[in-house]
Amino acid sequence: MTHSPTLSVENLKTHFFTRAGVVKAVDGVSFDVRPGEILGLVGESGSGKSITGFSILGLVDPPGRIVSGAVRFKDEDITKLDEDSLRGLRGNRIAMIFQDPMMTLNPVLRIDTQMVETVQAHARVSNGEALERAREALSLVGIPAPERRLKAYPHELSGGMRQRVAIAIAFINKPDLVIADEPTTALDVTIQAQILHEAQELCRKTGTAMLWITHDLAVISALADRIAVMYAGRIVETGTADEVIARPLHPYTQGLLGSVPTRNQRGTRLTQIPGMTPSLLNLGRGCAFAARCSKVLPACADEPAVAEPSPGRQVRCIRPLVEVPA
Amino acid sequence: MSAAPAVIEARGLSKRFVKRLDLAGKIAARLGSGQVEETVHAVDSVDLAIAKGEVVGLVGESGCGKSTLGRMIAGLLPATEGQVLFKGQDRATLDGRSALAARLAVQMIFQDPYASLNPRARVEAIVGEAPLVHGLTTAGDLPAYVDAMLARVGLAPEFKRRYPHQFSGGQRSRIGIARALAVKPEFLVCDEAIAALDVSIQAQVINLFMDLRRDFDLTYLFISHDLGVVQHIADRIIIMYLGRIVEMAPTVALIEQGPNHPYAQALLAEVPRLGREKRKFAPIKGEIPSPLDPPPGCHFHPRCPHATERCRIEAPALREIAPGRLSACHLNDIR
Ligand SMILES: Nc1ncnc2c1ncn2[C@@H]1O[C@H](COP(=O)(O)OP(=O)(O)OP(=O)(O)O)[C@@H](O)[C@H]1O
Ligand SMILES: Nc1ncnc2c1ncn2[C@@H]1O[C@H](COP(=O)(O)OP(=O)(O)OP(=O)(O)O)[C@@H](O)[C@H]1O
Ligand code: SF4
Ligand SMILES: [Mg+2]
Ligand SMILES: [Mg+2]
Repeated sequence: MTHSPTLSVENLKTHFFTRAGVVKAVDGVSFDVRPGEILGLVGESGSGKSITGFSILGLVDPPGRIVSGAVRFKDEDITKLDEDSLRGLRGNRIAMIFQDPMMTLNPVLRIDTQMVETVQAHARVSNGEALERAREALSLVGIPAPERRLKAYPHELSGGMRQRVAIAIAFINKPDLVIADEPTTALDVTIQAQILHEAQELCRKTGTAMLWITHDLAVISALADRIAVMYAGRIVETGTADEVIARPLHPYTQGLLGSVPTRNQRGTRLTQIPGMTPSLLNLGRGCAFAARCSKVLPACADEPAVAEPSPGRQVRCIRPLVEVPA
Repeated sequence: MSAAPAVIEARGLSKRFVKRLDLAGKIAARLGSGQVEETVHAVDSVDLAIAKGEVVGLVGESGCGKSTLGRMIAGLLPATEGQVLFKGQDRATLDGRSALAARLAVQMIFQDPYASLNPRARVEAIVGEAPLVHGLTTAGDLPAYVDAMLARVGLAPEFKRRYPHQFSGGQRSRIGIARALAVKPEFLVCDEAIAALDVSIQAQVINLFMDLRRDFDLTYLFISHDLGVVQHIADRIIIMYLGRIVEMAPTVALIEQGPNHPYAQALLAEVPRLGREKRKFAPIKGEIPSPLDPPPGCHFHPRCPHATERCRIEAPALREIAPGRLSACHLNDIR
């Protein structure tokens, strides 16, 4: 196995040119994912996690476009590829599980038709063989009576089942890279554990690299090797999963972890981060979190540099620099 | 339950989805292929009453019938059997003005916001149309009304000129919440309403729900896979398994005394916590039964560690085991 990353994103900027102004949905994002590694991407709703995923796959529609940066998949910059070559990669070497399963599923085709098509786009196998692989893939994501569910149309499945069919389709060809966007949002704990087990198996056995986008901190702390936290189009903190959950450095990450309901506050008001998400339309130079931050300093009006308190541990905040570490 | 009159009551409510054979299937069946019509037993004789101002949490495995039950209660899906009563009146027999009133008073926040928002309408129309038509605001006040609704769910006014596809997943689901709240409902079915939100915005929306309940006696059926959230906000928790209610209990009793039904015990044992350890996830053991072919007797018997011969034959009734607590398990007969 090589040690170079499967995916390397460098200073990616994806902006939407709307009539109201430029929405800087992704504004200078960099990270690597190595073979067999799971990188968790968490962050505020609307901070640019999905658009980061879409950009990697070349799926950003006008008025949005990648304005700068590189996306290297196995050392090749795929932002430079034409649409045909990109389509060849998608669903074959790179798979995406969309936040909305209906972006994967065609509403007018039966599940078996869609799955057989995916298998045969990748491998030259008979219909019978492809159907058998599809049945197997459905049972691995915990769908009971898979041979009968194969004949269903998407609308005949429950929300969680649709989500699982989309996961099965993404995993079926054992891709090198999976971008999973909130894949288990509506799944109960037992079935979620089954899916996470399958994801771990795929990483371990096939060396698949995964970018796992989620807001479920309990899941990501147990699943990911490393975590990146996004806020207003930028990554504000990275580190190993243990470090980020146990000792968050960025005030946004601290606020996020403080909002998780605990068992002893039943019925009481939950802690929320004060204020509203900033508009991505006219972001200034300074720290985008400053207006909501309880630790804000005058210097936060300037663009905060990225500090690296230890190797692989990064934070875009001036606080860790001026504070004596505890 | 309590003495307060029920806002919503379900009586013997069932839903079966029958899938007719397509042409090829019919021909094959004629030729003796053994293909038959598929019937999904999505919801099986549910009885349930929700009092004014109450928050009832509904949990259970994916595919067990939660959304189907929620949609029947919201009046969006006809039942195969049974009735839904709104303030004591059968919804099916309401007409004209009272039917419209019931339709407005009971709103649903959908699990899948994308499919439930008109892709060709701007947010201001999605959120503002119904309140304007029903006289909850005037044309002059509408912009301010819409801004206020959006602000409650943490969305800036600048968003109102956009179309649904121009939003992130969590922003879209908040549009669905704002739309439901904009008609000032009395009863809200929340189907995984906060599943797509980060924890801080989840906290904001939950706080909003609790405020509306305090100020307007808003009543909720809160469907969620997140047991932590359900335990936080629900007064009472209902646990479903394969189309049937298996346990119903006040939240405090469920937490303090523990669940009674073996499925509920298995489910609650797995509440995930913010661990700091990377862990290896284990696959599900055994086969999960399907509502296409529910097992006879107690639906849970193939996975139940306590199943006896009787469990394989006879379906246990949902019976009171302590004041306000119901469970459907034969073990309760033995003591
Ligand atoms: N077509 C578009 N036009 C204008 N702005 C857009 C468009 N699509 C997305 N955006 C904006 O880009 C930002 C990033 O969106 P993205 O979908 O990446 O968020 P996210 O981090 O995935 O959030 P969530 O957790 O809610 O899914 C959002 O603020 C969104 O409003
Ligand atoms: N229109 C339909 N036609 C056929 N079957 C359906 C239809 N809608 C739902 N079902 C079936 O009914 C059962 C219950 O579905 P429902 O959506 O109520 O589950 P759920 O508990 O909400 O699950 P989830 O947690 O995954 O959303 C499932 O087996 C589903 O496949
Ligand atoms: S009735 Fe029998 S099978 Fe069902 S939960 Fe009780 S003991 Fe288990
Ligand atoms: Mg998203
Ligand atoms: Mg559902």
